[in-house]
Amino acid sequence: MLDADLIVIGAGPAGMAAARTAADAGLSVLLLDEQQRAGGQIYRDVERVPAERKKILGDDYLKGRALAEALDHPKIRHLTGAVVWQIEDGPRVAFTRDGAAGLARGKRLLIATGALERPMPVSGWTLPGVMTAGAAQILLKQSGLLCERAVLAGSGPLLYLVAAQMCRAGTPPLVLVETQTPADRRAALRHLPKALKAWRVLAKGLGLLAEIRRAGVKRYIGATGIAIHGQDKAEAISFEADGRRHQIACASVLLHHGVVPNTQATRSLSLPHVWSEAQRAFSPERDRWGRTANTDIFVAGDGGGIGGAVAAKLQGEVAALEVACDLEKISHVNRDRAAAPLRKGLAIELAARPFIDRAYPPYAKALAPADSTIICRCEEVTAGDIRRYAGLGCLGPNQTKAFGRPGMGPCQGRYCGLTVTELLAAETGRSQEDTGYYRIRPPLKPVTLGELAVLAETDLKEQEDIS
Amino acid sequence: MKPASPFRELQKGGGRVRVTFDGRTFDLREGGNLAAELLAAGIRSFRKTPVSGAERGPFCMMGACFDCLVVIDGVTRQACMCEVSAGLVIDRPGAEGEGDA
Repeated sequence: MLDADLIVIGAGPAGMAAARTAADAGLSVLLLDEQQRAGGQIYRDVERVPAERKKILGDDYLKGRALAEALDHPKIRHLTGAVVWQIEDGPRVAFTRDGAAGLARGKRLLIATGALERPMPVSGWTLPGVMTAGAAQILLKQSGLLCERAVLAGSGPLLYLVAAQMCRAGTPPLVLVETQTPADRRAALRHLPKALKAWRVLAKGLGLLAEIRRAGVKRYIGATGIAIHGQDKAEAISFEADGRRHQIACASVLLHHGVVPNTQATRSLSLPHVWSEAQRAFSPERDRWGRTANTDIFVAGDGGGIGGAVAAKLQGEVAALEVACDLEKISHVNRDRAAAPLRKGLAIELAARPFIDRAYPPYAKALAPADSTIICRCEEVTAGDIRRYAGLGCLGPNQTKAFGRPGMGPCQGRYCGLTVTELLAAETGRSQEDTGYYRIRPPLKPVTLGELAVLAETDLKEQEDIS
Repeated sequence: MKPASPFRELQKGGGRVRVTFDGRTFDLREGGNLAAELLAAGIRSFRKTPVSGAERGPFCMMGACFDCLVVIDGVTRQACMCEVSAGLVIDRPGAEGEGDA
């Protein structure tokens, strides 16, 4: 059993910043992260990225380097490759590392597990060669791989960032198939005055669009009827735009229509979650310090609501200050003094969110897919199946599992949960909030009997050592 | 010999080690992300689904979707969460329903 004042799950911007702030305040920190190197998805492998890739990825990515380097602190123990599969009151965390299960106990726990791509079920999205735009970016950051003859489809800032990075690398996408409409842009305008506070975010977006234009990449706006074609792999994408149907042969399709909080950990703790209509997703309830309904457990970063990497870092620092205050390492006065500039930065960083959320809403047809479209990738359950269950009286996501196993495959609902909520809400006429979400149970990630056996042996040995 | 890959590699060098996937040998970059290196080697489909037998390959590259499942030393694992090491013997999960980890 490992002990720490603060256990942090996730070494992305929120987790890294929280770990260092807590350590600086004198707390012992145990940082658990699945990956082999710090950074999370946004700063994946930032510490070892080769020089020629830096220009392609840009300055915002390289900012992660300082956060990763700051983990080198005597009070921080960073366990890489640590896969958390159970979290209990205590707080106690069970994880697997190097083929052996381990247990950790902290006085406080910070969940910083970030975001997932919003599921984008369209016809053919399960074919090999179809990936999330985030996946393409991870391939570039970590492995220096670029998708050739790729089409990007969906909406949102990440779509532009990935497209611009591909252009910089000399491998521009064939086309951008964008699902937001001119009406969305008009509706977003009323959020623009507030968004100007975050002018750097807006300027970056305009810069990306200019790069994409200069590279000569064709953009279709207001696309609908998106379908991906191919026998055993993606070979073409078709869609409607500009009043006609288009079909484009391609080798990869990269989907993206926003990211959503990864709530697997907070759901497994049965913490209360709220529905955000603006972000079309659930997030765990938390106070202004990131504290959840369980007073020992905090959430920072995109896992508590989408705000991006800089906001995540600031939220991590704010939460760490509150933990340090809880554990009487800093006074309330010093906590508030240190938090004030962070909150100011957070307000600026989040100012552009309402504009972005409104200008780039999720693709409507992926929230209400055609009956024949697979929505649960693992168990191959279709949207029509879910509608049929609703017609038979099925009200909630958990009940659908008994009808046809959606959410019961290895991904445990990560890429179908929100779709099932949306489909049931539309069929029953109830709100998404009332419809709810899957009940998530441990293990959060698969764990083998062999790995558990090592834990049992260690426990026995510890008991013998004590007696 | 090598299947055509729809990926361009920025970095050509790097020490390579021999692994086998589905009975075929490949020289992949040592320490590289296994899913990424298999994609670069031209592998599109990593497995067939246990439900309908449909082909699947990496989708999220961040350990969330479980579409890149492979079998290493008898254990079903997410290829995107593994690193390449010399002598890896990688199999496709059985299509007969043993695929769920």
